[in-house]
Amino acid sequence: MADWEYAPAPESRAIGRLRESYGMFVDGEFSGGDGGTLKTVNPADEEVLAEVAVAGEADVDRAVAAARRAYETTWGPMPGRDRAKYLFRIARIVQERSRELAVLETLDNGKPIKESRDVDVPLAAAHFFYHAGWADKLAYAIPGRPDPRPLGVAGQVIPWNFPLLMAAWKLAPALAAGNTVVLKPAETTPLTALVLAEICQQADLPPGVVNVLPGAGATGAALVRHPGIDKVAFTGSTEVGREIQRTLAGTGKRLTLELGGKAANVIFDDAPLDQAVEGIVNGIFFNQGHVCCAGSRLLVQESVYDEVIAKLQRRLGTLRMGDPLDKNTDLGAINSAEQLARVRELSDIGEAEGAHRWSPACPIPERGYWFPPTVFTDVTQSSRIARDEVFGPVLAVLTFRTPAEAVEKANNTPYGLSAGVWTEKGSRILWMSRQLRAGVVWSNTFNKFDPTSPFGGYKESGFGREGGRQGLEAYLDV
Amino acid sequence: MSERLGVRKTYKLYIGGAFPRSESGRSYEVSTVDGRFLANAAQASRKDVRDAVVAARKAQPGWAKATAYNRGQVLYRVAEMLEGRRDQFVAELGDSGAADPESEVDGAIDRWVWYAGWADKVTAVLGAVNPVAGPYFDFSLPEPTGVVGVIAPQRSALLGLVSVVAPVIATGNTCVVVAATDRPLPAITLAEVLATSDLPGGVVNLLTGSAAELAPWLAAHADVNALDLAGVEPEAAVDLERAAAQTVKRVLPAPAAEPDWTADPGTSRLSRFLELKTVWHPMGV
Repeated sequence: MADWEYAPAPESRAIGRLRESYGMFVDGEFSGGDGGTLKTVNPADEEVLAEVAVAGEADVDRAVAAARRAYETTWGPMPGRDRAKYLFRIARIVQERSRELAVLETLDNGKPIKESRDVDVPLAAAHFFYHAGWADKLAYAIPGRPDPRPLGVAGQVIPWNFPLLMAAWKLAPALAAGNTVVLKPAETTPLTALVLAEICQQADLPPGVVNVLPGAGATGAALVRHPGIDKVAFTGSTEVGREIQRTLAGTGKRLTLELGGKAANVIFDDAPLDQAVEGIVNGIFFNQGHVCCAGSRLLVQESVYDEVIAKLQRRLGTLRMGDPLDKNTDLGAINSAEQLARVRELSDIGEAEGAHRWSPACPIPERGYWFPPTVFTDVTQSSRIARDEVFGPVLAVLTFRTPAEAVEKANNTPYGLSAGVWTEKGSRILWMSRQLRAGVVWSNTFNKFDPTSPFGGYKESGFGREGGRQGLEAYLDV
Repeated sequence: MSERLGVRKTYKLYIGGAFPRSESGRSYEVSTVDGRFLANAAQASRKDVRDAVVAARKAQPGWAKATAYNRGQVLYRVAEMLEGRRDQFVAELGDSGAADPESEVDGAIDRWVWYAGWADKVTAVLGAVNPVAGPYFDFSLPEPTGVVGVIAPQRSALLGLVSVVAPVIATGNTCVVVAATDRPLPAITLAEVLATSDLPGGVVNLLTGSAAELAPWLAAHADVNALDLAGVEPEAAVDLERAAAQTVKRVLPAPAAEPDWTADPGTSRLSRFLELKTVWHPMGV
């Protein structure tokens, strides 16, 4: 194994402009919350980064009232072309402050700086830029609906894996369609959403249009069941998604859910194997595997199994795990102690159920939450690591002989968020992409995202789309 | 000369293309609004719901794989068959208390024609090619959700029923339909139309009986992907929606009151039971 020495190349922490404390954002102003405070931690070294106000029930009331007021008095009546200009402004300011946002994201989340810098932040800006243009063109969005109306106040709850990007995915279409928003970022990653709130201030967005309420599950639950909300959008686990769907039963409120996944990444024997191995690595180790659409089940055609595993192991030996702020780092920290415990537990179960566990020799930092890239072979379909969403850098490898068997195994899950196909044969790609029951199919690529491209799940991975013309429908009364 | 004694029809269920009685052996009396006996309809059970879901699941891949042109022709064939049985439906709707049976039958026939024409247009109208910022060909197309459980409208026994069933199957879904509890006979006669319209068995499965008894089994069934609660009272819908959440079903909620089925149907029922799939592929030489 090549031992590649790199000089450390850390991005400066000061660029993140980290503050000691952050307020919640309601009606255009930052303030303390009636739910106390929480401490957000850098998962790479377990140091407390900042103290953040926690929104309680009264704060949720206040935020929903502010959002309603803004919907009725400013944002709702505003011409679409002006809403568009506000969103373009936000896109531009995100670009202007991109380096700061990238560093802050990496500190709060643990993901490598090269990912926050090259993926999360640019895509967040792109989402605002794309949706800005829709604000005055809604008459063209939904066929047969020349005059679609917004829904009102949207309550949005987002996860910790792409904190800023998920905020952008939620805010941009909601605002473009003319809704106002109360957003709850994840408990462990509230910081960039609060900087985004500050960006809304810099853009002179009218007060109340965007409100950001940090907090844990209780804050989210209070928001979701609040009678003043017209629409709920949630990204997170299937378990919580179900609970939200139950909570909203019979209310007639609109709901979109982007939930868990257990994507199959299918490698045929005619695939360009070196590219496929890059795709496998990107599929499951991008963002430490904290990706709902991660390619966590690798399905390899038997005839190339040995070759693929050998290439994969060799490639994993070159991955660099460590300081997320270092520009050479490939694999950052697991986001929280709780998540690390879950990844460990499921991996132990995988081993106990008879699968063979492998990780490259990989120094693990002394402090922080770390888990090495891990590959399980000899996995049966019934094993927990082949069925449950691990949401960590853990790959389960299975094999197949025929395309029909690949389809059968790939679809053998209650989830249906994404899938990957690797083959040089065009007709097989189109056939496979038709057979796979998943909302996104990446063929000869993986984990690509774009605001123009609708994203969302089949089956228990949720319903509704984000991105594209079709994503706007989630925020329009049609 | 004595008047000829008529041959009455036994009204049964419609599952997997066949007309079985309820496995429970139960039946219930169906009468006109003024109390005249019409028939003993089959009273479907939980087991019938399960059998119907099995039939719908079995039929789904084949129906989805049929070309859109073919599905459109089959739906149009349903309109043709319905037209040929116009008098029978007018009489049955009259018995079930319809205000204007003739225009209801007209409306039902025309609705099949409307949705027949949609079968091969949905993909172009609701799909897209997406201009992503990179060297990828990226497109999105709608696909059927799968097996849909439908609680048919309680008042409009034919037009209402057709208005909820046709958009579900036009796009390649299959369904299990619980007919109007007190007006089940036009539904079973419609099943006879479907059975003679080249519609593969299992695409539409029709149950008669108590919607209140059957709907919870359908809502909780893990192999049902979506629910249309058109014929459910809003109060009763809460528990059904809750049960549906267990497997994250797509739910078209119960209306506050039964809608005017003669209104322009639009595309909202079509798009409700579709999933959007996005496919990426790199471009290069």
